[in-house]
Amino acid sequence: MTSNSTGRFLPALRDSDAWHKFKGSPLTIGAAIIALLMISSALLSPLIAPHDPFDPRAIDLMNSLIPPAWHEDGQSSFLLGTDDQGRDLLSAILYGTRTSIIVGFVSVGAAVLLGLVAGLLAGYLGGFIDGFIMRVVDIQMTFPSIMVALLIDGISRSLLPREQHDQLALVVIILALSLSIWPQVARTVRASTMVEKNREYVQAARVIGRPAGIIMVKHILPNVMGPVLVIATINFGVAILGEATLSFLGVGIPASEPSLGTLIRIGNNFLFSGERWIVLYPGLTLALLVLAINLLGDWLRDVLDPKLR
Amino acid sequence: MKKRSVLAALTGLLLCASASMSSAETLRFAAQGDINSLDPYVFDETFTTGFLGNMYEGLIRRDADLKIQPALAESWEMVEPTRWRFKLRQGVKFHDGSPFTADDVLFSAGRVRANGSDLKNRLSNDTKVVKIDDYTVDFITKTPNPIIMYQWGNWYMMSKSWAEKNGDKGPQKGGGESESYSTLHENGTGPFVLKLREPGIRTTMEANKDWWNAAKAESNVTEVVFTPIPNSATRVAALLSGQMDVIMPVPLQDIERLKASGSTQAIIGPELRTIYIVMDQFRDELVYSNVKGKNPLKDRRVREALYRAIDIEALKSKVMRNMATPSALMVAPGIHGSSPDFKRIPFDIQKSKALLAEAGYPDGFEIGLDCSNDRYVNDEAICLAIANMFSKVNIKVKVTAQTKTKFFQKVHAPYLDFSLSMLGSTPPSYDSWGPINSLHECPRLTPQSAVWAEEDRMKVTAGKSNNGGYCNPEVDRLAAEILAETDQEKRDALIRKVWTITTDDIAYLPIHQQWLSWGVRNNVELKQRADDVFDWRYVNIKK
Amino acid sequence: MASFILRRLIQSGIVLLAVAMIAFLMFRFIGDPVSQMVGQETTLAERAELREKLGLNDPVPVQFLRFVGRAATGNFGISYQMGQPVDRLLAERLPATLELSVFAMIIACLIGVPLGVYTGLHPKRWLSRLFLVVSLIGISLPTFFTGIMLILVFGVELGLLSTFGRGETTQIGWWTTGLLSVSGWKSIIMPAFTLGLFQMTFIMRLIRSEMMEVMRTDFIKFARARGISEGKINFGHALRNTLVPVMTIVGMQLGSIIAFGIITESVFQWPGVGLLFLQAISTADIPIMSTYLLLVAVLFVAINLTVDLLYYVIDPRLRADNVARGA
Repeated sequence: MTSNSTGRFLPALRDSDAWHKFKGSPLTIGAAIIALLMISSALLSPLIAPHDPFDPRAIDLMNSLIPPAWHEDGQSSFLLGTDDQGRDLLSAILYGTRTSIIVGFVSVGAAVLLGLVAGLLAGYLGGFIDGFIMRVVDIQMTFPSIMVALLIDGISRSLLPREQHDQLALVVIILALSLSIWPQVARTVRASTMVEKNREYVQAARVIGRPAGIIMVKHILPNVMGPVLVIATINFGVAILGEATLSFLGVGIPASEPSLGTLIRIGNNFLFSGERWIVLYPGLTLALLVLAINLLGDWLRDVLDPKLR
Repeated sequence: MKKRSVLAALTGLLLCASASMSSAETLRFAAQGDINSLDPYVFDETFTTGFLGNMYEGLIRRDADLKIQPALAESWEMVEPTRWRFKLRQGVKFHDGSPFTADDVLFSAGRVRANGSDLKNRLSNDTKVVKIDDYTVDFITKTPNPIIMYQWGNWYMMSKSWAEKNGDKGPQKGGGESESYSTLHENGTGPFVLKLREPGIRTTMEANKDWWNAAKAESNVTEVVFTPIPNSATRVAALLSGQMDVIMPVPLQDIERLKASGSTQAIIGPELRTIYIVMDQFRDELVYSNVKGKNPLKDRRVREALYRAIDIEALKSKVMRNMATPSALMVAPGIHGSSPDFKRIPFDIQKSKALLAEAGYPDGFEIGLDCSNDRYVNDEAICLAIANMFSKVNIKVKVTAQTKTKFFQKVHAPYLDFSLSMLGSTPPSYDSWGPINSLHECPRLTPQSAVWAEEDRMKVTAGKSNNGGYCNPEVDRLAAEILAETDQEKRDALIRKVWTITTDDIAYLPIHQQWLSWGVRNNVELKQRADDVFDWRYVNIKK
Repeated sequence: MASFILRRLIQSGIVLLAVAMIAFLMFRFIGDPVSQMVGQETTLAERAELREKLGLNDPVPVQFLRFVGRAATGNFGISYQMGQPVDRLLAERLPATLELSVFAMIIACLIGVPLGVYTGLHPKRWLSRLFLVVSLIGISLPTFFTGIMLILVFGVELGLLSTFGRGETTQIGWWTTGLLSVSGWKSIIMPAFTLGLFQMTFIMRLIRSEMMEVMRTDFIKFARARGISEGKINFGHALRNTLVPVMTIVGMQLGSIIAFGIITESVFQWPGVGLLFLQAISTADIPIMSTYLLLVAVLFVAINLTVDLLYYVIDPRLRADNVARGA
């Protein structure tokens, strides 16, 4: 992995312990392979999907509710069957996974960035800034992500011109999710920063008059990245699930270009009827994806969590 | 397994533990939402007024086939073209024991037109209500009104003395300064009496032993427990697990599952509601389209092209699972003035493309379609399917499906923020006049002003739901004639004329009449009204 | 200490005000309450009149100040949809939510703690690995999906448990409880399990890592050297030492369970405040939404305040900012 890296990030990953632990756990290897496979096939979906589920002209209502190919009434052109609109489920899942992964990645990335800055500032500077940031965190934690989603949706709709509303849903979901994740990052970073800043090396840097910004970025940041990486991984799964939940609550990605969450929300209607495949396969995909990521998160935690070393 | 579920059902019986066990027949039912208020004048919405119709009664009532029947009035006659005389039923008592008399009718006539009432259109402001004696009331209208009682099926009589005793300040919607007594209490004359009300959770009623028609009661239900369950899956599960006797509605795809369970079934039938697509025909440029400088929907050829692009049979069989009746008209069969003579413009992609080319759009165009996703049966799926159908004639549709709160605000006046939108409606009087007046008359104050002129939007009365701004002066003229015509045959001819003109103009794209589907346990007998009202008078629970 | 508490109390007050203000800013955007209060036939003029009467035409700051002014006197307004005072509606439903949350937490602890201890003591055993993976599967599905699957299996197919609601409840003073009836117990198990699933995994993993850490400390090694039995070490010393951080975090999680049980309450039609809030969103019932958010804010502020105070007392390192300021 990063054995020859000279950077200061993730010192833990550099020692052979991480790689050793990785090799020693078939579960982690399996998870990594699954995650890699899913992510790459999702990103390549326009190339490998048998149909284009986003092109309405290619969708025929008369093809709706065809069961998976191995069923009696199945058709080989629709391997996992079709949904209620006649959309090929396999293609929809591939495209949907891509959307979900983008949502997870971007929202967690934004949350980590925001949380890092806020947490570092709060933990290092303390005093008024700490109080202020932590109260903002308190306020943020009060609002369920559905309220945040509705708020952002409403505000952006009234501010942006109509032509730009089309792509809005994705942005709204990402913002809502990252807003509901960043407080956790900020709290963790703040706590670690408070511990780190009393360590001798930071004290020493302060004594020789290094500016606070440099100290934060060069000395403290690398040392709080471990827990942040763990939180980020776990929240990647949480964000993907959160997208599905927001969809269930009615503020999701539109059904014409569905995400995994939207597919599950629609498929949910067919849970009691015979057409369970509509929800089964998107559900399995989601569960497998999140599970793989969580297992990787576990491994990261084992490797990076100072408590366990 | 069966025994277990019965056991679970028994233990799940809510609140009935203390009731007299031997003869008690409890009806447990669930619906999508709760009623807003027990005050029957506060919210004019089918479920609420229908629900309250089990506790309250009007002068007339609609029976299971929606025929007008005497209720608190025994008979009525038109003594003059502008004067209706109603003879009241004697010996009727409100639930608090006070007798029902003409004074209560006068009081109710005042209250239903009072500020805050949502049912003001039941009785126009210039109608005089005169007490002749304790059991005779006259309604004097300004112009002849042959259908005055058509909308009275859910105008319920309230007690004057009860209202006065409890400091009633008239119908009050929520959100005011204080709560209103009639929001949480009822005092009707009907077959059921409120026992316990927990808003949003559970409402319990019991049979009224002193009901004037108790001797002829058709129901053996002694107690009704109502639970609102908005989540469809949870609602269906409650029926399947034996914790509910009746649920409404059942998602269409779950009907087979109910049948397969062996102990439940679905009762289905056409509803009076018509689902249709509204087209913005009044703006000079569409707000959601790539066509600039003109409005393609003003062109009848484009409207016809859209009409012809809809594969109504596929929609019916696939999305609606055959539980829909394709519509050619804006009024469903069962509504007065509807006729099977009107036929849909056939589905024809080639013709549709040709029409678009003729109108100057050989390559189609882009347009937005607004929909609800929690209001009508499979509303979102219908919109997606229609969008896919339109794409086959190169009209690229962007579907915006939202929850009803946001959807209605967006597409109705004053915003009218849509280009295409899907709506549904049921005429409250079960007569064509309602939809002609509100959906087809020109929404403007004077024949000179612009359609949906910004400054007049709040004042529009005729055509107030005509969101697309369809406007044909001939229709307006005929509408005025229909209103005044007392001769039934002539009136019917006028109505027919209007429907001929509006379908020819393609004022709307009618889709279908959605079907009702209620889930019931096999031991429950009931009658399903086509307006989706659940009348407990017809419920029998067998052992 | 006193000044710390005072400062935090003032900050908490500001947080509550900010929550209320943001809430009012957002209400403009979530839909039109009036369209949910009137029938199709109501004229636009009447709608406008109602809007005026509800004060929806006033500028947001005015609406906000009016709400705060009233709330300060204990008047939270009348629900648009239900026509009842909001504080009463919330008070009626709070017991259901609290009961569910505490029950969920108990289930989470009852399963999570033993599994955590086991996997912490024997990290290499295959059973431990199995527990870890299975616990992850439970949280790899969206809550609503898990809930509906549980309903399908235990409610519909097996007919063992109640699929919705709280069952028969008993009134004790202002409190209602479902735990005194069979139907009440049958009703609470599935939603509590669904709600507690995430916490269960969380607690199990927390205990596991704490256990693994404690077992490596000198203090345990000494105990071993002194010949104290393994059982006594594991439960008497090790577990006891892990419980302090676990309790803290469990306490903090209780807040989020109560606040975000919305989905579970919706799937199981559990008549708690979360369900009320969700219904309020769908009908844009502003008085209910604002009061609910305020309630949740109070809850979070109280829990955070307690935790911070505990830290302040227990861990002097975290007091450093104070010291620095003093110096």
